[in-house]
Amino acid sequence: MKEIENVETQSPRHPRESGESLPRHPRESGDPENKSTTLDSRLRGNDESSGNDESSGNDESSGNDESSGNDESSGDDGRGGHDQQINLTHGGGGRAMARLIDSLFLKAFDNEWLSQKNDQACFSVEKGRMVMSTDGHVISPLFFPGGDIGSLSVHGTVNDVAMSGAKPLYLSASFILEEGFSIKDLEKIVKSMANAAKQAGVAIVTGDTKVVEKGKGDGIFITTTGVGVVPENVFISGDLAKPGDAVLVNGFIGDHGIAVMSHREGLTFHTALQSDSASLNGLVQTMVNAVPSIHCLRDPTRGGLATTLNEFASQSHVGFVIDEKKIPIREAVLSACELLGLDPLYVANEGKLIAICPEKEAQKLLSAMQAHELGKDAAIIGTVIEDPNRFVQLKTKFGGSRVVDWLTGEQLPRIC
Amino acid sequence: MKYIEEFRNDTYAKEVADRITQAADPSREYKFMEFCGGHTHAIYRYGIPSLLPSNVQMVHGPGCPVCVLPMARVDHAIALAHQPNVIFCSYGDMLRVPGSRKNSLLKAKAEGADVRMVYSIDDALRLAKENSDKEVIFFSIGFETTTPPSAAAVLQADREGIKNFSIFCNHVLTPPALKAILEIRDEKGDCGVSLNGFVGPAHVSVVIGSNAYLSASLDYKKPIVIAGFEPLDVLHAILMLIQQVNEERYEVENQYTRAVTPEGNQKAQAMMHEVFELASSFEWRGLGWIPSSALCLKEKYADYDASIKFKVEVLTQPENTGCECGAILRGMKRPNECKLFGKVCNPENPIGACMVSSEGACAAFYTYGRHQEK
Ligand code: SF4
Repeated sequence: MKEIENVETQSPRHPRESGESLPRHPRESGDPENKSTTLDSRLRGNDESSGNDESSGNDESSGNDESSGNDESSGDDGRGGHDQQINLTHGGGGRAMARLIDSLFLKAFDNEWLSQKNDQACFSVEKGRMVMSTDGHVISPLFFPGGDIGSLSVHGTVNDVAMSGAKPLYLSASFILEEGFSIKDLEKIVKSMANAAKQAGVAIVTGDTKVVEKGKGDGIFITTTGVGVVPENVFISGDLAKPGDAVLVNGFIGDHGIAVMSHREGLTFHTALQSDSASLNGLVQTMVNAVPSIHCLRDPTRGGLATTLNEFASQSHVGFVIDEKKIPIREAVLSACELLGLDPLYVANEGKLIAICPEKEAQKLLSAMQAHELGKDAAIIGTVIEDPNRFVQLKTKFGGSRVVDWLTGEQLPRIC
Repeated sequence: MKYIEEFRNDTYAKEVADRITQAADPSREYKFMEFCGGHTHAIYRYGIPSLLPSNVQMVHGPGCPVCVLPMARVDHAIALAHQPNVIFCSYGDMLRVPGSRKNSLLKAKAEGADVRMVYSIDDALRLAKENSDKEVIFFSIGFETTTPPSAAAVLQADREGIKNFSIFCNHVLTPPALKAILEIRDEKGDCGVSLNGFVGPAHVSVVIGSNAYLSASLDYKKPIVIAGFEPLDVLHAILMLIQQVNEERYEVENQYTRAVTPEGNQKAQAMMHEVFELASSFEWRGLGWIPSSALCLKEKYADYDASIKFKVEVLTQPENTGCECGAILRGMKRPNECKLFGKVCNPENPIGACMVSSEGACAAFYTYGRHQEK
């Protein structure tokens, strides 16, 4: 019974009834605010030289678009349109495929391993323990405020590798394309991957492309695998949290999930939020240098902060007490969650990490994080406690206490 | 948001909680029922029980629209969803509610029925317009809050001649349910599960007004305080109830004055009366058949009544005997007093409806309150 406060206007809190015609696509918004994103400026701060604006900004990068002068070619999901499309020969191993690989992937990813055109990449690594991680990426819409499936597929895997304390070195990328997918969108996605990889300081050294018949895929799926090397004195793992440890987060949670949701079909509402999608390996390196005794690190992606804490609790056989007041959450995320009946603690992030370290190192770690661009809003949000039930407890802003449980099913907006 | 945050402020909360502790007479017990699932949710989500003295106890009421629908209605909905050429629209919560033989709308969907999750009845109406070759049915559920939008949708369909749209009507009424609770007698023959008062509905009261509870309060000599859904509202209402009990008053008081008036929203009420009339009787989970406790479409709008439009056979089985949803909805048991709670029944695998909806007492307690389990 949450929805209707004022019956005359019929559920005024519902986003779609606001009467605004909302941009369905980040590039169509024409809103200058959308471009000067925190993410973009953050990334630019790291790497002045690269024009990394394709994903959120204009669309001049691809030159093969004679038929449509402007950017009408990509629909809600980034498909369809008048430009060239992927067909089955692009994955068939013949000349069309070779051309696609040469003209698109080799050019964009541009590195010595890939240009050798072998079926594998051969490289030597520094001394230390190696780390490997893989992640399949599917997302709707493919392009969202602050990123796209391309940048996401790099950030996701770089972060998974980095959360062991490792320095990520190389990536592989496997593409499953649906017949009919726009080549122009593919180019944009690949360029965005290339940019993301460059900024993270990793090379995409090997890959694969397959094309499936129309209807057997959802435009594009990207699987990336990453390898990296962990420094010798660093031992980070989800089962190492100890009662008394401090819990830290590197900034505002929930931005990614709400930004993506705001552009999803059937749920369009207006928000200036940008995804926080970013590679966190630079931040992790700073953290590990400052406090090598960090016990746990993890990026709270799908399932959000709540899920990551529950994972730690069950891996480490501990409980948590988190102080809701200390969790950085933007006003816009709170409002959107209020509107949709969601709990921000379960909303996805793509540029956030949770760190657990000994209490006595917490301030040092916090200062190190805050000195880094991607950790400037970092905060200590709680402590690890002994608890055979492994409950994650929240001291609510209201002063009460409750459990933050595993998520059940999908988070559904409330009924009424 | 700034405005809402004021109602979730811990400084104020502490102040009110302190006043509750001062007001509560340590030599007696206070047992209040929050009628609405929305309040149950707020109570657990903000951790209100941990702010109350041990002799002030909250009992959860039947005000969860998903929970009170008996299995037969769920089975009926599933049967409708299986009709050929039908798009069956429902709120998300309803999809997982178990019907007979472990059926659910979600299962019907997996079996090929075109079941869609929508966020409001307007979405269903839009689907009807977009799919003129299909029959679109909306699973209308809820107390008086969701009724005016349903009435508005039926009126709009009628005005615009949208013939392929109908609703499966399950709109229930709050005051008769409140009285039914008060009619329940315990072993000693006392009425109303020995309750000392009620936290009255928030959004429902915006529509029906605070006067709608006068007779329940007078006839059964129980204080009722209407409260908003914010945690501070609830805490404040609890304080007002304690004061009434201490002063031996039984009045309808309105804590939620920022939204509720004595008469309610008359325009919304008029719209409801135009489209709906009292059903002679309706079956509630936990409370059984209650006369004049639900609405059905007037004959004039029978074309929009899915239960008339589609003749389906509904085979219902009795509810799972272990499930205590009925007793919980009557306020006689707490979720953790159910043998199945947390063991067999959890939000992943709900046995009863109270474990499905986020407003259901079992789900709210499981999700937020388990660490205080005694
Ligand atoms: S715990 Fe499950 S089985 Fe027990 S009353 Fe609640 S819903 Fe029914």
